[in-house]
Formats: sequence, C-alpha cells, structure tokens
Amino acid sequence: MTRYVMVADLRRCVGCQTCTAACKQTNATPPGVQWRKVLDIELGEYPNVERVFMPVGCQHCEDPPCMHVCPSTATGQREDGIVTIDYDICIGCAYCAVACPYQARYKVDKPSYAYDAGPTQTETKRFDEARLGVAQKCTFCSDRVDSGKAKGLVPGIDPEATPACVNACIADALHFGNLEDMDSNVSTLLTENTYFQMHVELGTKPGFYYLWDKEHV
Amino acid sequence: MIRIGSFIQKNWDWRAASNFMFGGTGSGLLMLLVIATYPNAPPLPVELVALAFVGAGLSMVWLEIGRPWRFINVFFHPETSWMTREAFVAGVTFVLALAGIVLEMPVLVAASAVGAAGFLYCQGQILKASKGIPAWREPAVVPLIIATGLTEGAAALLVLMALFGGATPVWLEYLLLGLLAVRMIAWSSYRGALVASNAPPAALAALEKIGGVTLWAGNVLPAVLIALPFVIPSLGASLAVVGSVLALLSGWHVKFTIVTQAAQVQGYAFGKLTKGHPLANKAR
Repeated sequence: MTRYVMVADLRRCVGCQTCTAACKQTNATPPGVQWRKVLDIELGEYPNVERVFMPVGCQHCEDPPCMHVCPSTATGQREDGIVTIDYDICIGCAYCAVACPYQARYKVDKPSYAYDAGPTQTETKRFDEARLGVAQKCTFCSDRVDSGKAKGLVPGIDPEATPACVNACIADALHFGNLEDMDSNVSTLLTENTYFQMHVELGTKPGFYYLWDKEHV
Repeated sequence: MIRIGSFIQKNWDWRAASNFMFGGTGSGLLMLLVIATYPNAPPLPVELVALAFVGAGLSMVWLEIGRPWRFINVFFHPETSWMTREAFVAGVTFVLALAGIVLEMPVLVAASAVGAAGFLYCQGQILKASKGIPAWREPAVVPLIIATGLTEGAAALLVLMALFGGATPVWLEYLLLGLLAVRMIAWSSYRGALVASNAPPAALAALEKIGGVTLWAGNVLPAVLIALPFVIPSLGASLAVVGSVLALLSGWHVKFTIVTQAAQVQGYAFGKLTKGHPLANKAR
C-alpha cells in the first residue's frame, strides 16, 4: 500500500518562497494562482513575537470534501492518496473551492499574464486552454511521481520522482514520501518529531504534516 | 484558535446567491400551492411562477459555472454530491409539474411538490457540505434555509393569490405568521451556533449588521401587518400583502448576505501537537 504525504518542518522553513517559484515554473500557473505558497505568520504580542513560515496548498486529504461535493466526478482520488482533477469533465462550478478548508483550489476564467503587454514566450508556449473555467490545484506533481516510479525511482528520495517544491527547498524543510512505508523518510520524521495536521476537527484527514514543537491551539 | 488568512470567498457570487433566493421561494411556493389547492388543479399562472422562480435560480448558476456547455456533467455524482442531487430533484420536479399541467392530473402536480421539498432540503445541504466556509457548513443553516424557503413560499402565495384575484385562505395567513416565528427561531439558532463554533469575526459581523433589519423589518413588521386585519377588519387585506412582500424580501436579503457577505473562508491554523507515527496512532 502507498499513501503519499508531505511533511513540512516549520522549524526549518525560512520563508524564501523557492518552493512557490518552483511550483509556478513547473506547473505554469498564471498570476494569482499558487498551488504552493508559504504563509508568513507573526505569532504572539509585542515584544514576545516570533515569525513562522508555513507552506500550504492542497493537503491531499484522505477524506477530501472537494471530492464528495464535486457534481461531475472531475475530482478523484488515486489509490496512492493523491487527489486529482480531470479538467475535461469539470464544469467549473467551484463547489470544490468552497468545500476545501485549505483554500487550495483556484478557478481562472480568462487567460491572465504577468505583463499587461500580453503573454511572454514561455506563457504562450505553456498556455493550457483546458485549465480555463475549471478548478485547479496542487497535484503533488503526480506526473513526476509516476514517470519517476516507471524508471524505478523512489518518490521523495530521487529528485526525478519527487514534487518540484520539495526538490527546490533550500532548507530541507519540505519532504515527500510514502506514509505506509514505516521506514520511509516521512515516516521517520513523523516518528521522531512532534507534528500537527491542519483542521483535523473537520474530519478531512489531511495528507500534510507540519513538524513543530510549540502548542498554539 | 489562531485563524490566519481568512478572507471572503469570491467563487460564488450573487448568481449563486440567486439560486438560494429564487430556488427557495419557488420550491416553497410550489409546496404550499399544492397544499392550498389539492385535490383541485392549482391556478396555472401561480404554478408557472413557482417553476419560473426555481428555473431562474438554476439559470443563474448556469451563468456562473466556468464551462456552461458541460452542464450535463452535473448529474454524474449522485452518490455524495448535494449539487447533483439538487439537479436531479429539480429535473423530476419540473417534469412532474409540467406533466400535471399538460395531462391535467393534479396528482402529478402534487408529486412535484414532494420534489420541491427535496429541492429545498438539497439547498440547505449544499451549504452545509461546504466545509471551507464556516458560515455555510454550520448544521443550523439547513433548518434556516428550509424555514425561510417555506416562509417565502407562503408569502409569495399570499401575494400571488391577491394579484390574481383569488380569495386568500385565512389559514395561509395564520401559517405565514407561524412560519415567520419559526424562521426567527431558526435565524437566532443559526447565529448562536456560529458564535459557539468560533466562526470568523467578519462573518459574524456581516450577519450582525443585518440582524436588526431582519428582526424588525423582515419578521416583526410583516407579522404585525398580516395580523392587524384580524383585529381591525376594516384595514383590509392589502396590509397582509405588504407584510408578505417584506417577509419575502427579508428571506432573500438573509440568503444573499450569507452567500456573499458572510462567506469568509476557513483560513489556516495550527493544530494540536501529536507524537508518534500517524498509522501507529490510528491503530491504537
């Protein structure tokens, strides 16, 4: 059995947004759409404050509310836990977007570009009409995972089989791997550290774990 | 709880709100119309108005979806999606109602009223299943949507009967008074539940902002206007019509506010710290 999850070590994240940039470059998302982003959070009150950087995006929930509400079955879930969207079926009702408690979903109705003058060469080359008017979100770079696995590589260990954001992380804060493998990188991290999941009270069973050591609930 | 980054959602705007406004009114109207007229055939214009309300709401949704020509795909997921179920129930309701008109069989129209009840229930559940919006996922939203849909339906029926020259049954006015009371209880319970569940302050503020006008102009005043002719018959039935219009508009105002103004997203948060491998913890 395989259950891919992501682990973000908040004690290591420096908020550089390299993961954000890597995701945008890899997935060619338009302005305003960030499948991966890092929150810059100020905790406490002056003078006892601290800054925490928290990577967020689709949590690839075990029990995804976006999938349950989707009227078209465009949102699905693979056996390895990755939550998917079929752009060819999606009607763009955005019900999934309001059902997602992680603000992970976007809908873009018209082409938008970085500059007012029109698309850059890259934007023209990578424009995907299928993504207009439908829901979109982080895929855990499932294409990379699949092609890497086909070559016998291990997702989360071999960069060619690992999501772009994880590969790009300069602080070794983001990790990806198989939770069902008790000896995997993510299993080791979760066994040896304290962690939290976001909004577990909503019953979504998110596949995103945050290593952290202070209670803020 | 520390809530980070909660903002008002923009995915569902006035067009989505229109579905809850018009769909609730239309389904409530169809139900009460059948109750008021069965076993006789209901007045055709009123029945068509009820269907037009439901149709107008659904049309607004059609205008909002990103790929409108794929609308048929909305029927693909009845297993878990309340939007699919709403679409199915709407289709059945229309078919039964129109068949009842064409075949002159009031029993089919009566069956369509059952569909309308299902439609209204689906509307409440659609909001409740929206886990990303605290003001929508609150379970108390379901009785509120049902209560206001029925209230709007009764109010619309009273207005339409007056417009089309029919005698307004006294029981309908009593029913509307009762529904106004039920709606106020549902509204109050809903707001109380949102406070108890620590909903985003901006969502609570948006509802607080309309609290006074909803109570006084949307429920108390209509109740007074509907009840007054009972006490002073010389005042005539027109007061009840004015009261009904206010009751109807208030329901729309509440739903419009919930969908477009109180729709702050969940935001991000820290969770409770856990130790041990998740699968080992699950096995315990």
